[in-house]
Amino acid sequence: MNPALATVAALTMRFGASGPPALDALTAEIPAGMVTGLIGPDGAGKTTCIRLLAGLLHPTRGTLTVLGRDPVTQADAIHARIGYMPQKFGLYEDLSVIENLRLYAAVRNLPDADRAATFARLLGFTGLAPFTTRLAGRLSGGMKQKLGLACAMIRRPELLLLDEPSVGVDPISRRELWRMVRALADDGIGVLWSTSYLDEAEACDHVLLLAAGHLLFDGAPGALTSRVDGRVFQVRGIAGNRRAVLRRALGQKGILDGVIQGRHVRLVAAKDAPPIDLEALKAGPEAALVAVPPRFEDAFLDILGGGPGGVSALARQMEPKTPRRTAVVEARNLTKRFGAFTAARDISFAIRQGEIFGLLGPNGAGKSTTFKMMCGLLKPSAGQALVDGLALGKSPGAARARIGYMSQKFSLYGTLSCRQNLEFFSGIYGLAGARRKAAIEGMIDIFALGPHLAASADTLPLGFKQRLALACAVMHEPAVLFLDEPTSGVDPITRREFWTHINGMVERGVTIMITTHFMDEAEYCDRIALVYRGAVIAIGSPDALKDEARTPETPDPSLEEAFIALVARSDREEPPGAAA
Amino acid sequence: MNIARIQSLVVKELLAILRDKKSRIALFMPPILQLGIFAFAATLEVKNVSLAVLDKDGGKAAVELTQRFSGSPYFTKVFSLADQGQVAPTLENERAMAVLVLDANFSRDVAAGRQATAQLLLDGRRSNAAQIVEGYAELVVKQYNDDLYAKRGLPGLPATLVARNWFNPNLDYLWFTVPNLIGMLSMIVGLVVTSLSVARERELGTFDQLLVSPLSPWEILVGKTLPAMILGIVESVAIVAAAILLFRIPCHGSLTTLAFCMVLYLFSVVGFGLFISSLCNTQQQAILGTFTFMIPATLLSGFATPLETMPQALQLLSLANPMRHFLAAVRGIMLKGMPFDMALDTVWPLAPIAVVTLALAGWFFRRGLD
Repeated sequence: MNPALATVAALTMRFGASGPPALDALTAEIPAGMVTGLIGPDGAGKTTCIRLLAGLLHPTRGTLTVLGRDPVTQADAIHARIGYMPQKFGLYEDLSVIENLRLYAAVRNLPDADRAATFARLLGFTGLAPFTTRLAGRLSGGMKQKLGLACAMIRRPELLLLDEPSVGVDPISRRELWRMVRALADDGIGVLWSTSYLDEAEACDHVLLLAAGHLLFDGAPGALTSRVDGRVFQVRGIAGNRRAVLRRALGQKGILDGVIQGRHVRLVAAKDAPPIDLEALKAGPEAALVAVPPRFEDAFLDILGGGPGGVSALARQMEPKTPRRTAVVEARNLTKRFGAFTAARDISFAIRQGEIFGLLGPNGAGKSTTFKMMCGLLKPSAGQALVDGLALGKSPGAARARIGYMSQKFSLYGTLSCRQNLEFFSGIYGLAGARRKAAIEGMIDIFALGPHLAASADTLPLGFKQRLALACAVMHEPAVLFLDEPTSGVDPITRREFWTHINGMVERGVTIMITTHFMDEAEYCDRIALVYRGAVIAIGSPDALKDEARTPETPDPSLEEAFIALVARSDREEPPGAAA
Repeated sequence: MNIARIQSLVVKELLAILRDKKSRIALFMPPILQLGIFAFAATLEVKNVSLAVLDKDGGKAAVELTQRFSGSPYFTKVFSLADQGQVAPTLENERAMAVLVLDANFSRDVAAGRQATAQLLLDGRRSNAAQIVEGYAELVVKQYNDDLYAKRGLPGLPATLVARNWFNPNLDYLWFTVPNLIGMLSMIVGLVVTSLSVARERELGTFDQLLVSPLSPWEILVGKTLPAMILGIVESVAIVAAAILLFRIPCHGSLTTLAFCMVLYLFSVVGFGLFISSLCNTQQQAILGTFTFMIPATLLSGFATPLETMPQALQLLSLANPMRHFLAAVRGIMLKGMPFDMALDTVWPLAPIAVVTLALAGWFFRRGLD
């Protein structure tokens, strides 16, 4: 390994006397000329670790050295030699791109003579040159992150600390960020990249895997994935319901983990487990078990001892929905104009009952606009959004009573207790009396909220917040559930649990519409609409999209590669600027 | 309108405020502190005046007049100057509010029964206070004149003006300030509770959650209005109680009439608060919006400066200000015993103000949906 730029030994950080430490006896090194991934779900201690390295926090115990100095006593000397990009960009949103750069140049004492050349180099590097006069607040999520990176790079740092640079960034921008960071590492800079997306671990040279303040793994990502070598399979050629196959597989002894990947089901077998019984999965006569290369996440789940079971208690207590032949959710020529700008143009699709339908697209492409029109948060300029046959515009109350909605922010009332949140949401959905009581008790039971009932929602651990948010969204047994990046940042076990519930509800006839940047979530969809420049450029199952993007160069594209290829194809067919 | 759904909203709103320690403090501390601070700091009287005397005469009459100034309760600090050259610096450095200059032949003129002149120089930079001090000084001099007439057996001036201050016979400034504070503090409470509520929910994303629920915008509006009214009424009752029991302000009118006006007033304030809140996306904007409203509302209320002296346009504008109407009523009810029908005559404009602002707020709740 390259020489270490920063070393930490037995580093412990506590906030407040009670509760577990945010970081517990961490010992690790950050080498030069490499991308070190600081990987773990929200609340694992990533931000705490970065802030300690940047000298913004003083550790409770333990030692740390950054560039040969002690951040506790010599923070200023370190600040001159590192670049730090905090989670919330650290940009001034009311200043333009170039003004932000000038400001950081002044703050970091970049000599006047060097400024023009530095700005030109950074703008070229980040591809922001055409947007120098645009306000930072008006940039898309991906462009903001690139500008943040440029600001952190004003004086060529020896060590670059990036706190979750890929949050809220679409796959295309994410790939560009990685390309930039890669170039910096090749240039000899040490990069620390923190993320909750486990798939990014594989792109790192060196990984520090954190969970709840503990270091679970330290080394090259391949070294971790190799522990599950030969234990990862895909069930291919499934006839019939792949969600039922997954449920049966997770019930089988010796299967640690399983997820849906388009039309296939991916399974991880436990160490020394008997071979997987394909017959018992009832996957149809064509079904075959194919060994596939392991991923980082498979290995992570292996360390944690596997995911939860495949049966959803939530779905089990739900009344099955009356089958409907017609579309449950329908977009009819939806158009949204903001002044002269058309954010969504003539969007149509129909979602069958019991389907998981995903809306994907780059930042600012009209995906959120469409999603908001579908759940009634935005009124379309033209066209109609129908839920369960009811137009959201005409009978909003009746249509909305059939919707459940859960956003990435979880939208709980933070000062209300867990029980009070349940009472509130059951109340506004018109549940009353014995039915309300039964619904609340049912949710407490299913999501194991019992021990946390009196705690304010703000103080709940992230996993429980997510469970509570789902409970509040489904208590009234909606026919349609709208999900906005529902599992971003949560740990993989909670994410599995979440999808078990969703899959279970879908089997009961609930229809799901989801928007996400997270390809793992997209793989669960039955169909995906790819929205780009305000229009649907592709629609179909994840595998159909992959097929569409298949080329001799990429014979087996991932969903992310398909996404990028299809957007690029649309750009070729209709170059940007040609469209109105 | 679905009563059960609204009830859920009201309970949620009250819990959200009362369960949070910071909100509790923000809600209850400022009125208590402000009542204490304003009541004693916002005195409109001029007390503790310092007066410099340049006595060029030194005679008996001059000394006596100077002593009368020292003896008056208003002039607590009286000191002498040695020569004319000290007059300007004394005023300039604010060592004294006023300088009394007595001519060299002051005592001689008084003794001879001729007109004697005492000159009073005032610090005109503090024009209001200067006028009041001038009034005090005239009172002292008039008293001195009257005594001189009496001593010489002269009849005195043929006609005298005797002023009686009705409704506040002793001109106790607290009687004026505290009823006004009732209006002002109730407004602060009403605005703080409401202006932050919608903006906070927008910021945290919970407002979207409400908008996708079966709640109609009008139900949300009622669900936001009622909790603010409940908290506003509780605090206003506390403030009125403090005014009567602690500050011993008389309440000549009926408390029921006062309560009626208060409820109407709070409705209009809550309307403004929700209107401001519905326009804002962040709590920061809501706070700025509240201040932008509070300051002109106070200035155009007749609290500090009389409305009658303002330009016509501002007087018209002040008609939209709930505080203006309520202050007239609260002073009238407490100090003059204003009966219900007269109070109604004073406060009825609050009803249209409340209707318009609440309707606008309801309208703007759905902003962003279009």
